[in-house]
Amino acid sequence: MNSISGTENQALARTVLELDVNNHPGVMSHVVGLFSRRAYNVEGILVMPVGKGRTSRIWLLVNEDERLDQMVKQVEKLEDVLSVRRHGAEHEVFVRLEEFFR
Amino acid sequence: MQTPETLTGAQVVVRLLERQGVRTLAGIPGGAILPIYDALSQSARIHHVLARHEQGGGFMAQGIARTTGVPAVCLASSGPGATNLLTAIADAKLDSIPLVAITGQVPRAMIGTDAFQEVDTYGLSIPITKHNFLVGSADELLEIVPGAFRIAASGRPGPVLIDIPKDVQNQLVEVSAWPEPGVAEHVPAPAAELIEVAAAMINEASRPILYLGGGVVHSGAALGAVSLAEKASLPTVMTLMALGAMPVEHPLSLGMLGMHGARFTNLALDECDLLIAVGARFDDRATGKVAGFCPQAKIVHIDIDPSELDKIKTAHVGIAGDVRAVLEMLMPRVDTQQRLGWLARVASLKAAHPLRLPGIDDPRTPYGLIRAVADCLDDEATITTDVGQHQMWVAQAYPLRRPRQWLTSGGLGTMGFGMPAAIGAALAEPERTVVCFTGDGSILMNVQELVTAAEENVNVKIVLMNNSSLGLVFQQQTMFYGERIYASKFKGMPDFPRVAEGFGLAAVDLDGESDPRAALAAALSARGPVLIHASIATTEQVLPMVPPGAANKDMIGG
Repeated sequence: MNSISGTENQALARTVLELDVNNHPGVMSHVVGLFSRRAYNVEGILVMPVGKGRTSRIWLLVNEDERLDQMVKQVEKLEDVLSVRRHGAEHEVFVRLEEFFR
Repeated sequence: MQTPETLTGAQVVVRLLERQGVRTLAGIPGGAILPIYDALSQSARIHHVLARHEQGGGFMAQGIARTTGVPAVCLASSGPGATNLLTAIADAKLDSIPLVAITGQVPRAMIGTDAFQEVDTYGLSIPITKHNFLVGSADELLEIVPGAFRIAASGRPGPVLIDIPKDVQNQLVEVSAWPEPGVAEHVPAPAAELIEVAAAMINEASRPILYLGGGVVHSGAALGAVSLAEKASLPTVMTLMALGAMPVEHPLSLGMLGMHGARFTNLALDECDLLIAVGARFDDRATGKVAGFCPQAKIVHIDIDPSELDKIKTAHVGIAGDVRAVLEMLMPRVDTQQRLGWLARVASLKAAHPLRLPGIDDPRTPYGLIRAVADCLDDEATITTDVGQHQMWVAQAYPLRRPRQWLTSGGLGTMGFGMPAAIGAALAEPERTVVCFTGDGSILMNVQELVTAAEENVNVKIVLMNNSSLGLVFQQQTMFYGERIYASKFKGMPDFPRVAEGFGLAAVDLDGESDPRAALAAALSARGPVLIHASIATTEQVLPMVPPGAANKDMIGG
């Protein structure tokens, strides 16, 4: 998984996915496995527990391509994924992190 | 309020399986699952079938699950036990079979140390299960075990794996209340407005075809599908997984579509203006080159799994829902129609390009042998197959008339599936005769389970069609690789009847019988396991055949 730069971020059409998931070891593997088996690169990942830690939120930065709708449907099928929301690349969650990747 | 009981994790597992209604399971013990086996030894309700390879145990559980429609259980120890099970789990995933696989794991403190017989079973099973669990403590079992059954059975069924460290199996837990058994969750009702649109499309279509997949069998929708076809006069095709959903002689049945479907079936699909896909997933063996599949058709796609909609072909109407419920809602909204013109066109295609079954009257040919077996049996018989030419011949020629009559490895195409699956089917429904059609390639991939068949004295009839080769490979090398036959013709050949007898089965060799029909009838009617050996010509081919990557209308032969 590559880090991103501001210029790359603008060059490619990107999507930010926001997943609410159960917080236990293995959830990340379930999610990223769906991408890796399809050779669909995940450009950025950010995960932190939410509230008391029963659930976590996973932010994924991915390139948009024609498989994205199918990817989202596959992610939604995972037992530990509670919800999936799609945002545009302008979402600030990864933008604010850019200073750590210089 | 019950009196609290103090039990080990292993005892909790066994009690939960009993409460779940599990009465037969298959597996092989080993170090890391011995506490569960010890607890199982105390169960008066559960019959454990000792497989001789974990993959065989997995396919026995699949045979039970495919026959009954409810989740079945297989057990394996850690390390090689778990890795041996993976193929059977992957097979269940691709055919949407509800399976609960329970594996032992090294004690928690040793996980990650490369301990003896340690493997990352959880990680290995992620992509081939619907869901999986690594159990962290014995009290979690009270939630995980019923949860595994619920997940396996809910929505689109599939396999679930529970990996249980040995120390968790030994851990004491106080149980004051038992959870309810896990059952399939209610599926949300389909969107009513989409049903209306689909019904209008069916009513307005002039050349519709109903396309049934395995989901029709899983949801118990076969009768509903046949009723819809009859009301709206819909010619009906079936995938490999759906065979039996509509009886083969039904006037609207066009049989199996796809790579080895009849010419008229694929040609009718080529002309249809509406394709109504029900519990089918547009698998490449069914569609051929997707761009050339039903090129003129609008598509109504009904499936319980929303991710199947628009995955391969974009549907004009995609309906997510249980197919039985959707068909019930469609039924009153679909007009009664005769469609005489379209049915006449289909009939003329059938007359001009019928399914050709050369040798059907000669029991020493593939089709003839299959027909001769069918002639000895009624619709109560269950038919399993292995994978290869024999599988396709049986799919084409066996008169399947009942859902769940037909157990075959469709998606993964696993050689070695047929015989252990037949054992499972016979254990689940001992009153039936279970016939396993197999080949000389496939049978050797799980041949060790012959002894399990003998030990359990299951009513399994193994019909071994021996062409001394990996027949489909031989056929493809003949057709597409310039007849460069390589690694597909067997030089050494076991004496299969003696092999079977060595494992404790009766055996019949039709090659040496002057009246093969009589010998077959006698072997099929005697109770208990038997191997029926029949040589066939290596040059026999499955036809017609759509070359890999070609459109279905560009079939070869037949």
